[in-house]
Amino acid sequence: MSAARASRNDAPLIRVRGLANRFGAHSVHEDLDIDLYPGEILGVVGGSGTGKSVLLRSIVGLLRPSAGHIEVFGEDLLGLSARDRSRVERRFGVLFQRGALFTSLSLQENVALPLIEHIGLSRADAEALARVKLALAGLPGDAAIKYPAELSGGMIKRAALARALALDPEVLFLDEPTAGLDPIGAAAFDRLILTLRDALGLSVFLVTHDLDTLYTACDRVAVLSQGQVLVADRLDVVAATDDDWIHDYFHGPRGRAAHGAAHPVEEP
Amino acid sequence: MTEPGHIDQQDGRLAIAGDWTLVHYATLKNQVERLAQAREPSPEGVDLERLAALDTAGAVLLMELVGAGPLAAIDDWAPDLPATRRALLRTLGEAMADNRPPPARPARPLRDTLARTGQIVEGLWQQQRQLLGFIGQVLATLAATAWRPSRWRLTSMVAQLHQTGLNALPIVALLTFLVGAVVAFLGATVLRDFGATIYTVNLVAFAFLREFGVLLAAILLAGRTASAFTAQLGAMKANEELDAVRTLGLDPIELLVLPRVLAMMLTLPILTFVGMLSGILGGALVCLLALDISLVQFLAILQRDIPLNHFLVGLAKAPLFAFLVAVIGCLEGFKVSGSAQSVGEHTTSSVVQSIFVVILLDAVAALFFMEMGW
Repeated sequence: MSAARASRNDAPLIRVRGLANRFGAHSVHEDLDIDLYPGEILGVVGGSGTGKSVLLRSIVGLLRPSAGHIEVFGEDLLGLSARDRSRVERRFGVLFQRGALFTSLSLQENVALPLIEHIGLSRADAEALARVKLALAGLPGDAAIKYPAELSGGMIKRAALARALALDPEVLFLDEPTAGLDPIGAAAFDRLILTLRDALGLSVFLVTHDLDTLYTACDRVAVLSQGQVLVADRLDVVAATDDDWIHDYFHGPRGRAAHGAAHPVEEP
Repeated sequence: MTEPGHIDQQDGRLAIAGDWTLVHYATLKNQVERLAQAREPSPEGVDLERLAALDTAGAVLLMELVGAGPLAAIDDWAPDLPATRRALLRTLGEAMADNRPPPARPARPLRDTLARTGQIVEGLWQQQRQLLGFIGQVLATLAATAWRPSRWRLTSMVAQLHQTGLNALPIVALLTFLVGAVVAFLGATVLRDFGATIYTVNLVAFAFLREFGVLLAAILLAGRTASAFTAQLGAMKANEELDAVRTLGLDPIELLVLPRVLAMMLTLPILTFVGMLSGILGGALVCLLALDISLVQFLAILQRDIPLNHFLVGLAKAPLFAFLVAVIGCLEGFKVSGSAQSVGEHTTSSVVQSIFVVILLDAVAALFFMEMGW
């Protein structure tokens, strides 16, 4: 089902062409192309320092790239006025690596904030909706009035996901969603992403190190290396690509374990 | 092409129609609430065929109409709905089925006010206890490291000297210069009526040597440096760096607090001296320009009328003020908890406390020195 969703015939929601990001003499991306198709979960992997998070930050508009085009929903993001940009960015939901919840607000206030600011809902309505989003993200009802400092890492990730989903975005950006979670929590989070994708029709841009996430949740995988996308395709195609890093990554001990867990019957 | 969401009532059946999305939330919510008064939530008689767009906000309203349990079982009563719609409604119904809203806290204004007052008083008491305890800890650590030069953090102290001392020099000099000029103007205006404008010199010198030099420098450092200490240590605390220091077997007081406190105790006397000089310079300039008292005359009066002990009285207070300002800044930093708000609260608290302590002690010291005849 998921493969059919990511049909290549659809126009991509996000089209990045010739992206370059340079910090002084140090070049992170050079002539990078990547696409995100409607309804797919795209996993972006790469070694430390290959610019996965920088790529995410350039697409969501937190970082102005040195060169290149970023086309989102058919519009050139870099050419838009600030107002149009804000309108486009409202269709994004972003989950930051460490949650980035507002520490002075309770969870339901965190999620209600964009609803009050952008939609103009009353506080009571916004908080009622926020509690539903928190429940959708798998948090118990009494967590809504808690503050981020009182929560475990897994709960913070879930609450941050609820905030990312507040405005019913079309594209969800996840930066290392399972980093810092225990394996059970991480597996539950993977399932949650799949469920929400199917229920809300999201497209997901997922930066990760987690091989299990790649195997269970991702439709396509893009590998970043030397400032470019080395290969972006279905997992089995990517895993078979002839490259040292890819080979070490997918066929190292962890890669084999994750593959074994995802395909128990196919193992010889 | 799109039609706002609404409910058509026909023959006792409810036809859900149009876009049930966030933009129409307010109007839809009204309609749903009116219906909810008349009927129990149930899927009975609800038709979803004409539903156009649907998002989570719309789905929540549908849930209020039919109930969470039936929504989770959407496949049974609305199997014709597109699979994605059913997935959304089912997911929402399952998530909310056993989700209870947090219990609302009953409002008790009188009790809450009393409780808050009690909390503040208790907090003040605890704060003083903590401050005394922390001062003790710092002194104990100082005593333990003073005899072991190998454990002196010279590099760190020099860096702090640079930041708290050298970088603060221009602002201290400028402000005391201006205040010196203002004091001279005041003195000139008041003393003119008595034909005693020449005593403006004594006024400026007396004020700056005994009180204003040290007071202004200490208040500036309280605002400039105590807040910086709190924010630095607070950010380290929030980032678990202080815990890391402890688990590495190091003492955060020795490593972080002592260099700051010692640097400050060296800095403030120097800044006080600079403050005295530039305050008197400001006064001298006003005397020269407005009162025709030449610089030579000014200095001669200084030399004749102002004994050294005024300068010493002023300077003697500086290390004590510096110690308290630095200790309060560091302690408030240690008290920061994880949130951004907490960093702000403690930074404010450290500035307010240190300025308060400086002025209070200065008043007590003024009384003391006066009684002693120094």
